[in-house]
Amino acid sequence: MSNYHLDHLQYLETEAIHIMREVAGEFERPALLFSGGKDSICLLRLAEKAFSPSEIPMPFLNVDTGHHFPELNEFRDRRAKQLGGKLIVRKVEDAIASGIALQAPGEISRNKLQIPTLLAAIEEFRFDCCIGGARRDEEKARAKERFFSFRDSFGQWDPKNQRPEIWNLYNGRLNPGENMRVFPLSNWTEMDVWEYIRREKLEVPTIYFSHKRLCVRRQGQWLPVNDIQPPKPNEQVKELVVRVRTIGDIISTGMVESPADNIDDIITEIAAARVTERGSRADDKASEAAMEDRKKAGYF
Amino acid sequence: MSVSTDPLPISETRPTSADVHAPVDLLRFNTCGSVDDGKSTLIGRLLYDSKSLMEDQIEALERSADITGGGQINLANLTDGLRAEREQGITIDVAYRYFATPRRKFIIADTPGHVQYTRNMVTGASTANVSIVLVDARAGVIEQSRRHTAIASLLRIPHLVVAINKMDLVGWSEARFNEIRAEFESFLPRLDIKDVKFIPMSALNGDNVVTASPHTPWYPGPPLLGHLETVHIASDWNLNGFRLPVQWVNRPNNPRNEALHDFRGFSGQIAGGIVRVGQKVLALPAGITSTVKQIWTLDGPIEQACCPQSVTVVLEHDIDISRGSMIVGLDELPGAGTEIHAKVCWMHPRPLQRGKKYLLKHGSATVQAVVTEIEHRLNITNLEPEATPSELSLNDLGEIRIRTARPLFYDGYAANRLTGSFILIEQGTNATVAAGMLHPALELVKPEGTDYAI
Repeated sequence: MSNYHLDHLQYLETEAIHIMREVAGEFERPALLFSGGKDSICLLRLAEKAFSPSEIPMPFLNVDTGHHFPELNEFRDRRAKQLGGKLIVRKVEDAIASGIALQAPGEISRNKLQIPTLLAAIEEFRFDCCIGGARRDEEKARAKERFFSFRDSFGQWDPKNQRPEIWNLYNGRLNPGENMRVFPLSNWTEMDVWEYIRREKLEVPTIYFSHKRLCVRRQGQWLPVNDIQPPKPNEQVKELVVRVRTIGDIISTGMVESPADNIDDIITEIAAARVTERGSRADDKASEAAMEDRKKAGYF
Repeated sequence: MSVSTDPLPISETRPTSADVHAPVDLLRFNTCGSVDDGKSTLIGRLLYDSKSLMEDQIEALERSADITGGGQINLANLTDGLRAEREQGITIDVAYRYFATPRRKFIIADTPGHVQYTRNMVTGASTANVSIVLVDARAGVIEQSRRHTAIASLLRIPHLVVAINKMDLVGWSEARFNEIRAEFESFLPRLDIKDVKFIPMSALNGDNVVTASPHTPWYPGPPLLGHLETVHIASDWNLNGFRLPVQWVNRPNNPRNEALHDFRGFSGQIAGGIVRVGQKVLALPAGITSTVKQIWTLDGPIEQACCPQSVTVVLEHDIDISRGSMIVGLDELPGAGTEIHAKVCWMHPRPLQRGKKYLLKHGSATVQAVVTEIEHRLNITNLEPEATPSELSLNDLGEIRIRTARPLFYDGYAANRLTGSFILIEQGTNATVAAGMLHPALELVKPEGTDYAI
């Protein structure tokens, strides 16, 4: 702060902290969605700042598709432990076994199966609010998302019936069975996230940094070689120097060829990037309204 | 519109690695105008010419142009994110867009311009530093231009830009520009806008949007982006009277650190003024004065903090303070009362009726409230009052009187946008039904004789 004026990261930070405290003040049983990805790493730091010196007054929740990068889960568990928080992991595999999540014939991706798994976890713990790290700049259906995104008793988002948000006044009131998704990073861009990680000296999972990896060419992207969909004999496999820009499942996350092995280099790379972050996510390419459809069904 | 799709060179207008090491500030603006005024084209142009669009976004535009647009790229598709909007070719909600230059980061609230979307415009404008009103140079000042300007004034947006667009269609006529400017200036004195800038442009061709136009040698000012990059916004926040609406009482459970056993802090976002360690403050509604002992942050205690920082304040004395309380500076006291007078924008299909009870959220406080009087509806084009209506309907602006179950501690909206605003929530459905802007209170808070309680 100089001359009583905040720079852009300080502004985004105070806005996000205000929102986290509104959640703590207005909800009975909130949870914070923590995957170990860069956005939720920022969320955790903001939660530390919002509630320090108290501990973060809500558990961390993660839906594990079973297709996560192992580096991500290792980091998730370690970071949650560092903060002394309670980490709840609910697995898509278990949801399939118990019949909560039904796999479409032939479908390998578990992206859609996160939805029933998440909704079941919300019901199990009677969470009335889940804080997530989604940002409006990620995708254009998200550009119309509210900070406080109301979900009906089926967990659905109705884009035509959203509560107006004026000034910094958020309406968190719910009837039984309804719940709220809250997105403190709504106004953050990919660049803001990395600049914040740099300013706060936050640790991120190693897969964000350049490393050698065996990759397989699929749908115009380099995907990591994995056991779930092993390379077929006719597929091109190559060892490349890569990193991830956004983390989805191991079967759908495109690896970016990059020498960036530190935060400064990542920021430089993003400043010069010619495609958006989600350009490397196969799950978003299904159709122009792919994200909107998943959100209406209860995705976050 | 059609846009050249040559590969975009990495331009000096996008931040490079060197730039992103320097902190910059953030400017929020909203754009008002209908599709016909070229609003979407203007936003598209800002994003396109500042190299803020990425290849996959341009590809997606081209894909949809091939399918539905007869090969024409429609920049409106960038902002119309919902399927219903693309199908109907309309914008139904506030969309937020982000871009950056080496000098500033920007958040655009893109709001639809039709009269039935007043509530969206109010939403988008409520957090804006700058409001851009688009005027078609051929049509000049129309009812819609007056309405957008009136709403910007009502919401006390500090800076207004009148973008006189489609200047190419009037032969870049300086006389036409001056004529529209004069017409605007004739009704501006009746409004509360201090800083107004007029810019002649053609969003379609990119004149005076990002780069200066060769067609306007008679216009000495900067293009739109240059203006947005330099307009002075440091004083847009209220730094006069200290206000801290308490969101959360911070009391560590079983702290590992012994020193924190008796820690009791009050967490909130400063809604006005500056707070310093050692400063005398008044806790409301307790009405008891104390002194700021510590301003706590994760990075350690700090000496002072200002609006709109989020802080945790520790006081010298143990006072009854909870969520919904407000800690204020003694030098400039807020108003107090249960009878309040306000302008409102009605935001719900179910009209406002006199005598109906609502929940009123102001800062971190939520209280029961009853609307005792609807004084008048405001004419939406000039903010002049119209005869006493029986109700206010969706998108109406009006003046009302409210009685609250507990006293409200507040400022006039003109003095402080954060402590002078509220929302009304309908009980039962929990819908947010109104945005309110308070008139200053008739009486200020009176600090009681008690200095502190034990």
